[in-house]
Amino acid sequence: MAILSKDEAQNILKKVISFSKADECSATLNGRMRGNIRYARNNVSTAGASDNVSLVVESRFGKRAGVATCNQFDDDTLRRCVQRAEEIAKLAPEDPEYVPLLGPQQYLTPVSFAQSTASITPDFRAQVAGDSIAACQSRSLTAAGYLEDGATFTALRNSKGLEAYQQGTNLDFSVTVRTADGKGSGYAVADFTDVSKFDAKAITKIAADKAAGSVNAQAMEPGKYTVILEPAALVSDEGLLNRLFYELGAREADEGRSFLSKKGGGNKLGQKLFDERVTIYSDPLNPEVPSNVFDGDGLPAKKMTWIEKGVLKNLYYSRFWAEKNKVAATAFPNNFIMTGGTQTTADLIKGTAKGILVTRLWYIRDVDPQSLLVTGLTRDGTFYIENGKIKHPVKNFRFNESPVIMLNNIEAIGKPQRLGGNLVPPLKIRDFTFTSLSDAV
Amino acid sequence: MKRREFVGLTSLAAGALFLPSIPGFGGSLVDPERLLEQVDPAVKKRMADAALNAAKSAGATYADVRIGRYLNQSVFTREKQVQNIASGESYGAGVRVIANGTWGFAATNSVTEAGLAKAAQLAVQIAKANSKVQKEQVQLAPQKGYGEVSWKTPIQQNAFEVPIAQKVELLLAANAKALDNGASFVNSSLFQINEQKYFASTDGSYIDQDIHRIWPTFTVSVVDRATGKFRSRDALSSPMGLGYEYLTPKAVDQVAGPAGTGLIGYRNSYDILADATLAAKQAKEKITAKSVVPGKYDLVLDPNHLGLTIHESIGHATELDRVLGYEANYAGTSFATLDKWKTKNFQYGSKLVNIVADKTQPGSLGAVGYDDEGVKTGQWDLIKNGVLVDYQKIRDQAGIVGQDHSDGCCYAQSWQDVQFQRMANVSLQPGTAKMSVDDMIKNVDKGVYIAGRGSYSIDQQRYNFQFGGTVFYAIEKGKIAGMIEDVAYQANTQEFWNSCAAICDRSDYRMFGSFFDGKGQPSQVSAVSHGSATTRFNGVNVINTARKIG
Repeated sequence: MAILSKDEAQNILKKVISFSKADECSATLNGRMRGNIRYARNNVSTAGASDNVSLVVESRFGKRAGVATCNQFDDDTLRRCVQRAEEIAKLAPEDPEYVPLLGPQQYLTPVSFAQSTASITPDFRAQVAGDSIAACQSRSLTAAGYLEDGATFTALRNSKGLEAYQQGTNLDFSVTVRTADGKGSGYAVADFTDVSKFDAKAITKIAADKAAGSVNAQAMEPGKYTVILEPAALVSDEGLLNRLFYELGAREADEGRSFLSKKGGGNKLGQKLFDERVTIYSDPLNPEVPSNVFDGDGLPAKKMTWIEKGVLKNLYYSRFWAEKNKVAATAFPNNFIMTGGTQTTADLIKGTAKGILVTRLWYIRDVDPQSLLVTGLTRDGTFYIENGKIKHPVKNFRFNESPVIMLNNIEAIGKPQRLGGNLVPPLKIRDFTFTSLSDAV
Repeated sequence: MKRREFVGLTSLAAGALFLPSIPGFGGSLVDPERLLEQVDPAVKKRMADAALNAAKSAGATYADVRIGRYLNQSVFTREKQVQNIASGESYGAGVRVIANGTWGFAATNSVTEAGLAKAAQLAVQIAKANSKVQKEQVQLAPQKGYGEVSWKTPIQQNAFEVPIAQKVELLLAANAKALDNGASFVNSSLFQINEQKYFASTDGSYIDQDIHRIWPTFTVSVVDRATGKFRSRDALSSPMGLGYEYLTPKAVDQVAGPAGTGLIGYRNSYDILADATLAAKQAKEKITAKSVVPGKYDLVLDPNHLGLTIHESIGHATELDRVLGYEANYAGTSFATLDKWKTKNFQYGSKLVNIVADKTQPGSLGAVGYDDEGVKTGQWDLIKNGVLVDYQKIRDQAGIVGQDHSDGCCYAQSWQDVQFQRMANVSLQPGTAKMSVDDMIKNVDKGVYIAGRGSYSIDQQRYNFQFGGTVFYAIEKGKIAGMIEDVAYQANTQEFWNSCAAICDRSDYRMFGSFFDGKGQPSQVSAVSHGSATTRFNGVNVINTARKIG
C-alpha cells in the first residue's frame, strides 16, 4: 500500500481536486515504507518496520489557506478532508506572503528509485547486523550499528493543472566499533540508493581497523594544524559543510542576518568568497546521488550551481521571495555536489608532511552566525600523519572554525564520495583551529 | 541533504511550512475541537487485553502495550503576521514483547482489538527472528502490577481549551513590543503537547495518564545595516509541564536578576510581553557591547543557562544505557564509568554539588505518575556531596549493575516508537545558606554573568564542553560592569563541577527546560527540566568567539 503507482496516486488526487469548491486547491500524497535494525554490545537491541500513506489537502479562498490531512482514501473520507481544509481556510487570516499555485510544469525523469532497496526484508536486516557483529566479535571488538532503509513516493496535483509524481529509495548504514578496554573507537558510514552496492562487512572492517588502530592515543597540543577531513566529517549528521549549505537562503541574506549579507544592505551574490577550487552544485539526475525532481511546491528541480570557482553564483529563493525580488524561484535542493580531483584519502595522506586525519566530527553547533563560526569535536578515529604516513592515534580535539575560513585554506581536494545523499571529496585544509583537548574515546 | 535537516529547530521561520517534520509535532492535522476529546479507559483496556493475550499465545514471556493519543498544537508568527497554525493528532498503539529472551516491537494505527492482536503477533515474530543473532537474554527487574490506576499533570488550564485567536493575539502583542523597542525582526511561537497514554502489561498494570506540556518562545533580531552586524536574543522562558496558566504572569513567580541587568527570572509563570520588550533592548545593546578578553574568569550562571550545562554534563553522562554502550554509535558513551561509580568516592563535583534525579517534580517536563514501562516514578540521588552515587536506569538495565529495581525513566515519543531509557529531570539542589544573586556577585572580583541558552557542544563521553549563552555581563570588583559579547566557556566536566564555589538559596531556584532532547536511532525526542539556583564556578576558561570572514 505504501508505494502507490503514478496512476493509483493521481486517480486519488483527481477525485480530491474534483471535490474542491475553493478558489484554488492542491493535494499531495506521500507514502513511505521504512525498516530498521539497531545493535550494540554485539547484540541486536531494537528492530522495527512501518509503512504509511498520507494525503495533504490545501484549500484557498483568496489569500486565506487551510490545510487538512487524512490517511484513508475512500470517497467519503476524501470529501471530508477537502471540506475540513475549506472550513479552516475560511477561518484563517489572510496570508501577506500569498503566491498563487503553480500551473503545469515540465519535470526531469527521476532516477532515484531502486526496486532492490524497496524489497528489503526483516531477515536481510538481521543478516546485516549478524555479519557486522561477527566481523567484530572475531577480533574481540564490540560493534554498535544502525541500518535504516526506506522507499518513498510523492504525488502532487492542483486545480491549476499541475501534476507530478516521483519515487525514491535510500539505505543508511553506520557502525561504531570499540575495543574491549574502551581505549579505541572507529566509525564508518555509507548510504545508497541501490542496496546491491551495499557491503556491510566491508564498511564494518573500516570501522574495526580504525578502532584497533586508535588504541592508546597520544595527546598533542591544541593549535592550528593541517587536517585531512574525510567526507563523514563534512556532510554527515554532524558535518562541517552542512551549515554552509543551510545558509544559502536569499531571504536571510537580504534581511541582513546571514554571513551572506552585505554591509550596507543586499547580499553577496557574485562575490568571490572561497578558494577558486571550490565549486558546489545540485543535480537531481546525478547517477551517484539521484534525488527528487520537484519540491513540495511542485517547483521543478534542476541542475543548479551555487558556488563556482569560489564565487557565489546563486542563492535559494522561495516563491514569495523570488516574486518580491523579481527573480526566478528555486526548488529547494535535495543534494549537494562538491567537485574534486582523483586523489583518495590515502593519496592525500601520502602527500602530507605533518597533519591530522579526522574520521568524524561530533556535536557541531553554531557559535557565531555572523562568521558562521562553529564548534565541535573530533571522534572515532583521529590520527597524526608524518612524512606521508599515519604515525599514531591522537586524543580528540575540540575545534572552533568557520567553514568559510576553511574553504579559503584548501591545500588539496580528493575524489568525491557519496555521503548523506551528497557527493563530497575529502579535503586537506591548512591552519584548522583546534582549541582544546578531549579525553573522550 | 535531507529536507528535514534543513528545517532546523533553531530556524523557526523556516519551520512553519514544514511542521510535520518537527519531532513530536507530526500526526494528522485535525480540528482543534478534537484536541479536547478523550478515549474511554474501558475501551482501551479491552484493546490492551487483546494485545497482551495475543502476545502470550504467540509465545511471549512478557508483553506491554501503549495505546496513545498524542496531540499537539503550534502557532508561529513573525513580526505582524501569522505564519502557521497547526493542530495535530497521532493515535495508535505500540506492542513490545520478550520472546526467546529477545525484545520485539510492532506498532499499528489500527486501534481495534484485531489490529492490536496483529501487532502483538508481529512483535513476537520480530523478537524470534532477532533472537537468532542474540547473545545475551533480556532480564527485567521485577515489577508488581498496579491494577487500574491513573495520573494527570496538575494543570490549571488546558491550553487546548484556549481559543487560537487569543494565542495569536498574545504572540503578535509580544512581537509588537519587540518591534516598538528596536527589533528589526521577531519570530515567536507557542508549542503545546498533550499525551493521552494508556499502558498495560502482563505484570497486571492498566495505567491511564494525561500529560501536558507548553513552550512559548521567540527570537528577536537587530540588524545594523551600516556595519553589517546582526545580533539576536532569544526568550528567557522555559518549556514547562504546565497548562496555559504559564502565560499569565504572577509577581510571585518572578525573581529579579542581578542589579544593573534588568533581567527577570521566571518560575511557574512567564511574562512574554515584558521579556520581548527587554529582548529588543538587549539585542540592540549586543550590537555595540565590548568583545570579551579571553582568559580565566569566575562564572556566575543563571538557572536558565546552567540547566543546559547540567543537562549535557551530568544528565546525559549518568544515563546507564550510555555508560553500558547502547548509544555508542550515535549519542556516545560516558566518562562516568561503572568502575568510577563502584569506588564510591568518585568526586564528580565539589562538596556543594548535590544532584537529584526526579520524575515527580510539579511543573517539570519530566513529571509523570508512571513511566512508559509501567514503573511508578520517584526521585533519587545521582551525586551526593560531590560523589557519584547512582545512574538513571530502566527495567532491562538494573540487573546489569546488580540492582533490583528500575528508576522509572523509560519513555517513547509516540505510540509508534519503542520506549527506551530517557533522562529524568536532573537538578542541582540549592544552597542551604541564605544567598541572593547580588550577594554572590559582590564577592566576585573578575567574572562573567551568563543568562539563557546559547551555543552548546560536548564530546561523546561528556568530558569536554563549550557553552555560550543568550546574554553576558562583565563582573568587576563585585559589580555588574556592562554587557559583553563573543563569550563561550570551555571546560572539563569533572574540573568544572569541582570548581563550584557557591550556590544561591532556594528563593532563587528555577527550572530550565529542553523541549526537543534527541537520542536514539531512529532519533526520538523527549522533554526534560533541570532546576538550579544561580551558581558560581571559579577560574573557568573563557574564549572569544569573534572572527572576521571579510
